[in-house]
Amino acid sequence: MQTSSHIKAELEKILLSVQKPGRYVGGELNQIVKDWNSVQTHVALIFPDLYDIGLPNLGLAILYDILNQREDVLAERAYSPWQDMEAALRNRHIPLYSLESKQPLAAFDILGFTLPYETLYTNVLNILDLAEIPIFASERTLDHPLVIAGGNATYNPEPMHAFIDAFVIGEGEEVIQDIVDAHQAWKASGESRAALMIDLSQISGVYVPSLYEESYHPDGTLAGFEKRDDRAPLPVTKRILGQLPPPTTRFLVPSVEVVHNRVAVEIMRGCTRGCRFCHAGMITRPVRERPVSQILEALDEAIKNTGYEEIALLSLSSSDYTNINDLVEAVSQRFDGRHLTITLPSLRIESFSAELMDRLKSSRPSGGFTLAPEAATERMRHIINKPVSTDQLMESVRAIYSRGWLTVKLYFMIGHPSETVEDVRAIADVCKAVLAEGRRIAGGRAKVNAGVSTFVPKPHTPFQWVSCDTVDQIRAKQELLKNELRHPNIKLTWTEPEDTLMEAWLSRGDRRLSEVIYRAWKKGAKFDAWGDQFRYPLWQEAFSEAQLDPAFYSHRPRDLAEHLPWEHIYAGVRRSYLVEQYRWSLEGRLRADCRDACVACGILPHFATLRRENPGIAWKCPEVSSRGKRPVGSGG
Amino acid sequence: MAGDPSPLLRLRVTFQKSEALRYTGHLDLHRAWERMLRRAGLPLAYSLGFHPQPRIQQACALPLGFTSREELIDIWLEQAAPVSDLEASLRRAAPPGLEILHVECVDLRAPALQTQVRAADYEACLLDPLPETSLQPRIDELLAAEALPRERRGKTYDLRPLIHELVLLPREENQELTRLQMRLSAREGATGRPEEVLAALDLDPLHTRIERIKLLFVS
Repeated sequence: MQTSSHIKAELEKILLSVQKPGRYVGGELNQIVKDWNSVQTHVALIFPDLYDIGLPNLGLAILYDILNQREDVLAERAYSPWQDMEAALRNRHIPLYSLESKQPLAAFDILGFTLPYETLYTNVLNILDLAEIPIFASERTLDHPLVIAGGNATYNPEPMHAFIDAFVIGEGEEVIQDIVDAHQAWKASGESRAALMIDLSQISGVYVPSLYEESYHPDGTLAGFEKRDDRAPLPVTKRILGQLPPPTTRFLVPSVEVVHNRVAVEIMRGCTRGCRFCHAGMITRPVRERPVSQILEALDEAIKNTGYEEIALLSLSSSDYTNINDLVEAVSQRFDGRHLTITLPSLRIESFSAELMDRLKSSRPSGGFTLAPEAATERMRHIINKPVSTDQLMESVRAIYSRGWLTVKLYFMIGHPSETVEDVRAIADVCKAVLAEGRRIAGGRAKVNAGVSTFVPKPHTPFQWVSCDTVDQIRAKQELLKNELRHPNIKLTWTEPEDTLMEAWLSRGDRRLSEVIYRAWKKGAKFDAWGDQFRYPLWQEAFSEAQLDPAFYSHRPRDLAEHLPWEHIYAGVRRSYLVEQYRWSLEGRLRADCRDACVACGILPHFATLRRENPGIAWKCPEVSSRGKRPVGSGG
Repeated sequence: MAGDPSPLLRLRVTFQKSEALRYTGHLDLHRAWERMLRRAGLPLAYSLGFHPQPRIQQACALPLGFTSREELIDIWLEQAAPVSDLEASLRRAAPPGLEILHVECVDLRAPALQTQVRAADYEACLLDPLPETSLQPRIDELLAAEALPRERRGKTYDLRPLIHELVLLPREENQELTRLQMRLSAREGATGRPEEVLAALDLDPLHTRIERIKLLFVS
């Protein structure tokens, strides 16, 4: 294996020949470097895309912080090199290395990938290849690192099952410690790699795919999913924290430009709204909030540590944070006049949102004001369970333009279940109506940015059974919008249909997709999130060689009786609840926000002990008083 | 206070930019300074207008991939404070690769630093071993030339008048690599680039480690 000093010397000869070499050298403020030889466990945390995108990732920043607090562990980082750097590395036979110590990735004990979305999959294979580590989990030996992955996409781990030794399902803060402990104990025991897999499978929230096997019906649907070892759990339930710990405040500060230059603090995890298309809303339950005081302390500390020019208060639905008024008031008092930008994304469509943002004075009015109606007709808003009336939208828009914003950004999706031409045309109508309101209030400078993405049905949601649109259907809908929205002050952006399809295949894929991913990567697919159209034919060829039909995964309504490929993973939300919500969507029936009354999604009974240990307002689920007593609304 | 249009203090800071910031370009370095001042809690002055910009001016852009032993930057603050306190705060807040050497106050009306630079000294270290004897004749030939026409970004220019000095440094003990020192013009519109000199000597600038030794000013 190459030494870190050899890698450093070789790097110096190639860095000036590649674009933005600062991506590949580490050395940032708040980087943690430990003595390699005096630490027991070496973990490489990897974001499988460019440094520019991966560095600001909050999940990895948290794990980096947690792991490096342990004296017996070091955590370093790696990202995907861009094509020019990849060519230079391969050309000079330099293996992919960690930014901190420039150790080859193969020298680490554990490689931890984050997979927030599916279009990163081929990059994982490419990184393993650049690191000279066998791509298939089955080919790894005692000489190779343990390869683990977590992140929202791993709630359907099957498409990547062949490449990852163990998946983390759910929140990583605690489980990463258990994994390190298990690895240390296993290493001391001198046992086989297979023994490590068994040990890992015993940790709550860890899924080891090699301990299971599946079978298929002749029509290609799943026939069964069985354990190969009695000790393996079935199903594997996600891991969550009873309480959010104080936020990370020692963020890395890059020395080159990245996509988000900011202190990010999660004010709340989970969402009570229950939008039926929303993957995050289903898998991140229950809602847990951080206290205002804790958020403020963290912001202060983080600004002192980093000097960043932006603060982002993150959550899935900021308006639903219980003390949003107090938080906004305190943040604006503390940070006003310090040349900081404060962002508060995911605000509800109501005039109060404009008022909130107005109070964060420094946050306006540079960018636009973003609202996400997602659908433009009342009918469709009932189907997706996001009931915002057009009147309410227009009232919010009036408040926004009146308070000085000139651009309103509207997010919509096409491709919702049972969508008609009228539903699509209504998106254009709403955009035009919003612009008209803007011109009336703010004059000719008023603008509307319409971001229209395409819905991809996701596992563990009430829409996991529905079909995704075909390329032709998507294109027709996009053409309609392009024709309708020809106005110099309306800017329409959309997702290329081919990119949507790639995401759709991978989102609801089964184990057979590992072969497709491998073949696609072999043909040159990588950076699939970057929207280069030429990769689409590579994927189609890969499907065809694997004798699979891509439409089977994307364009096929599933029968409610079908055994879905991810049903051995339990997100804490009952299948019966998802079925009910799917049925309600067909009837156009709304389900209220569960903040006020529990709707028995399944989270509370499953995590009743955790809830009991964490009483009070930190959770939005009802309290659980005493052992053995069924919580309110747990029937069904 | 924030929004006060008249800055009260202009600091001139001498600093080193070393390995950890070698691949950080001019604009990114500017931002690193802004963040450093925020960490230090110093009240940086901002320009007026719709998009206020921090009032920071670097003397002379250092190309990506270069380190430097002596860079200069001017910073305008909205509040006065003893220089020794400011220097201590800056030292604590400096990121890896940036070392504060000296801090002084200068007249608010003093001319902009960039207009005062006339030349810069560089040292280039060749990463590939090279017989020392082969380079000296090339240097002599280059210095003897009346003109050195070169092309950069589609424009032809004469490199020769931009080279004030070019010498081969004697090899130090335990030092295997060949080192060159050069003094190049660094006036606005007449800036000599070390990698151009290396290329004119048929050396690969990519296989070189270049450090700016110092900036030379008028007066």
